[in-house]
Amino acid sequence: MANLLVYYVHPGQRFSRVGRAMADVARAVQGITFVDLYAEYPRHDIDVDREQRRLLDHDVILFQFPLYWYSTPSLLKEWQDLVLQNGFAYGKDGDKLTGKTMMLAISTGGSEAAYTPDGYQHHTLRAFLVPLEQTANLCKMHFAPPYALYGALLAEPDHEIADHAKGYGALLNAIRDDRYDFAAAGAQDVVTHDTLAIAEGA
Amino acid sequence: MTDFLLLSFIFLVAGVIAVPIASRLGLGSVLGYLIAGIVISPGLQTLGVDVISIQHFAEFGVVMMLFLVGLELEPKMLWEMRAKLLGLGGLQVAGTMGLVMAIAMALGHPWTVALAIGMVLALSSTAIVLQTLNEKGLMKSDGGNSSFSVLLFQDIAVIPMLAVIPLMVLPDLVEMGHSTDTTSHAVEVTSHDTGHGETHAKEDHGEGHGGDQGDGHGINISVVDALNGWQTALVTLAAIATVILSGSYLTRPVFRFIAVADLRELFVATALLFVIGIALLMTAVGLSPALGTFLAGVVLANSEYRHELESDIDPFRGLLLGLFFMTVGAGIDFDLLLGNLSTVIGLTLGLMLLKGLVLLALAVIFKLRGSDRWLFALGLAQAGEFGFVLLSFTTASNVIPQSIADILLLVVAISMLLTPALFILYERVIVPRYASRQEQEPDEIEEQGNIIIAGHGRFGGIVNRMLRGAGYSTTVLDYSASQLEMLRGFGFKVFYGDATRPDLLHAAGIDKAKLLVVALDNREQIDALVHHVRHHHPDVHIVARAITRQHVYDLYAAGVRDIIRETFDSSVRAGRSALEAMGVHPFEAELMARKFTEDDRHILRELAVLYDPEIPVHLNEPYVEKTKTLAAEREAQIFGKGERFEPVSTTDWRPPTPVDVTTIEEEDAEQKSSV
Repeated sequence: MANLLVYYVHPGQRFSRVGRAMADVARAVQGITFVDLYAEYPRHDIDVDREQRRLLDHDVILFQFPLYWYSTPSLLKEWQDLVLQNGFAYGKDGDKLTGKTMMLAISTGGSEAAYTPDGYQHHTLRAFLVPLEQTANLCKMHFAPPYALYGALLAEPDHEIADHAKGYGALLNAIRDDRYDFAAAGAQDVVTHDTLAIAEGA
Repeated sequence: MTDFLLLSFIFLVAGVIAVPIASRLGLGSVLGYLIAGIVISPGLQTLGVDVISIQHFAEFGVVMMLFLVGLELEPKMLWEMRAKLLGLGGLQVAGTMGLVMAIAMALGHPWTVALAIGMVLALSSTAIVLQTLNEKGLMKSDGGNSSFSVLLFQDIAVIPMLAVIPLMVLPDLVEMGHSTDTTSHAVEVTSHDTGHGETHAKEDHGEGHGGDQGDGHGINISVVDALNGWQTALVTLAAIATVILSGSYLTRPVFRFIAVADLRELFVATALLFVIGIALLMTAVGLSPALGTFLAGVVLANSEYRHELESDIDPFRGLLLGLFFMTVGAGIDFDLLLGNLSTVIGLTLGLMLLKGLVLLALAVIFKLRGSDRWLFALGLAQAGEFGFVLLSFTTASNVIPQSIADILLLVVAISMLLTPALFILYERVIVPRYASRQEQEPDEIEEQGNIIIAGHGRFGGIVNRMLRGAGYSTTVLDYSASQLEMLRGFGFKVFYGDATRPDLLHAAGIDKAKLLVVALDNREQIDALVHHVRHHHPDVHIVARAITRQHVYDLYAAGVRDIIRETFDSSVRAGRSALEAMGVHPFEAELMARKFTEDDRHILRELAVLYDPEIPVHLNEPYVEKTKTLAAEREAQIFGKGERFEPVSTTDWRPPTPVDVTTIEEEDAEQKSSV
């Protein structure tokens, strides 16, 4: 059993289709911790002690957010700036997160084709995630390939969104039950609902 | 009765005319009073007025001034001053006294006369110097501070001087005293017994000492006459202890008791009672009343009633000192002066030069820098009112012959008359010379930017806690004695008083304040305070509490730009909580609250600009017009069909549309094909 902490970070939930569908699924998963970050800190007044205790209590930290300008929504940036302190997450005596895993669940407006050297984004999705990956490295955490949905704007609720949300539920259950093969997943740049490395049974 | 009225009328007219003229000419109020006194002196002579006895009465102003000085000085600060007090003060008195004595002996006077003259001339004028320093805002500069130390030491030094003088009696003069009545104050000397001379002299010449104790004529209240040395010491210590203890423990319940009656004049009466009572007590045990009230002032410096006391006593101090300065002017004997013009002027200038040089030397030793050194040297170069006291005492005790005393009296008066000129010299010549240098090397900031909070209820209390929490020092004024009691219990520094009274505001330091937080409950009081401060102290930033929307407009019209509605923010928060309780996402509720606040403030601003307190609202056409448009918009907002007012902006956090994506793709394709 891995202790899983899911941060749902979305300021525009009213407009969200993918994010909300995923959040609904995640809320229903038993035995994990689900945090709606914008609901807890609507005025960006992050309780650093409480967040650090949360990190200590969990093995896998998963951030679910829409990609805004190739980065996280502002509250999650604030969270990083405040919670990942030196002496806690990095630097001298900053070993509290050592060995834990960081994973992202992100949705992008652009299509998969856009996130290629020839596409209009000119870089792969992973290239845009390097800051977060290096953040995990500096905190001596494992950085697992992100669970992603490309072209979220054009995704159909009954098809792509439903599949993605269902896959998300399966992923969270598998991580909780140690059935998610992080090693196998590591071979991929990005995982999607049909490339999840989940061991059957157990 | 008529005499009294006539006399009051003459002095008041002279003061009211002369002082504003002197102030306008930049000469300061002291010189104005002195000149007024000189002008009215022929009139007073015609009426046969005893100027000297009025002067003794007016010297009570000095007592009050020292009380006020004490109020400004916390015990800790006094203790920190001890080195300056003893060092500077002691050396100034000893040095000047020694030099004057040496010169007097060189001129052929016996050593006793020379010593007495030294004592008389070593002292400076507390009244003139403190009044001028306060007026020019120099009290807290290094020079002002050092001057005060010296003056305080002199006030203390007067006591042993008064004790020593009777021991130096000239036998020749005693004989004269018996045969002819030459002195103007016609005092009968009854005792030759030097052992008891000290106490007898006091008994007999109450008015000589009366300069200290206000009006000492007639009644002898001394309780120490009949006691021996250690008993006297014991009684004296007990009296000082009484002053300190009653200052610390008695004033608060008394003032709380008075506050219940809620009568302004009762406070004034109590404050006067307090000062006069201490003066009497001190006189009774043979101490200087000025010193006693100073001590009481220091004890009360931490009291919440400090500013109230200050503003109650201050007018009396001002009037009495004014009267005192006028009597100094009026007391100059012009016949004698003209008869001995060169002698008197020569002696005066010589004396001031000598005192100035001694002070200058001390200033160098005690490392006063720049213009402060000159302020110290020039400011204290005169002889003072204690000189008058000692002179009348010495002549009455037959220590100094009357003929010499009369000349010295003139020297003291003229030197006081010249002091304002020295201050002007300091201001016009010395300060500009050092001004550029001081800019490069700024002195310590005299006092932290002052914050005044008017009203310490539910509103001001929060503001005060926040400011103090951030390390700012605040001065809090509140009119509720019970509230103060509670706050005191929590260790807050608060003062009792009606913040809308200009004098109390002045005492609380509005002149130096950077910020005034108007947190009173009462709308009329808020308006009164705001109008006063906007008018008289336009540089003070005002944060004002508004009771209603209409009140916001009034305050805006009065020129306040930092207006806080007392219940608006909490109401918005309650609305936000209600939204959350109804299941709205907290961040969404936060955005709605922000949007609501922004729109509401927008309306308020639009109307505040159009509002004119001179025109009734219903006649103010642009205002009425605007109200109608805004009302229509608001109605639309409430029914959810408005264009302008949406509960939440429809563009915040709205994701791009598929059309945006295709546009980006097309632009990218174009860019690629053009390359």
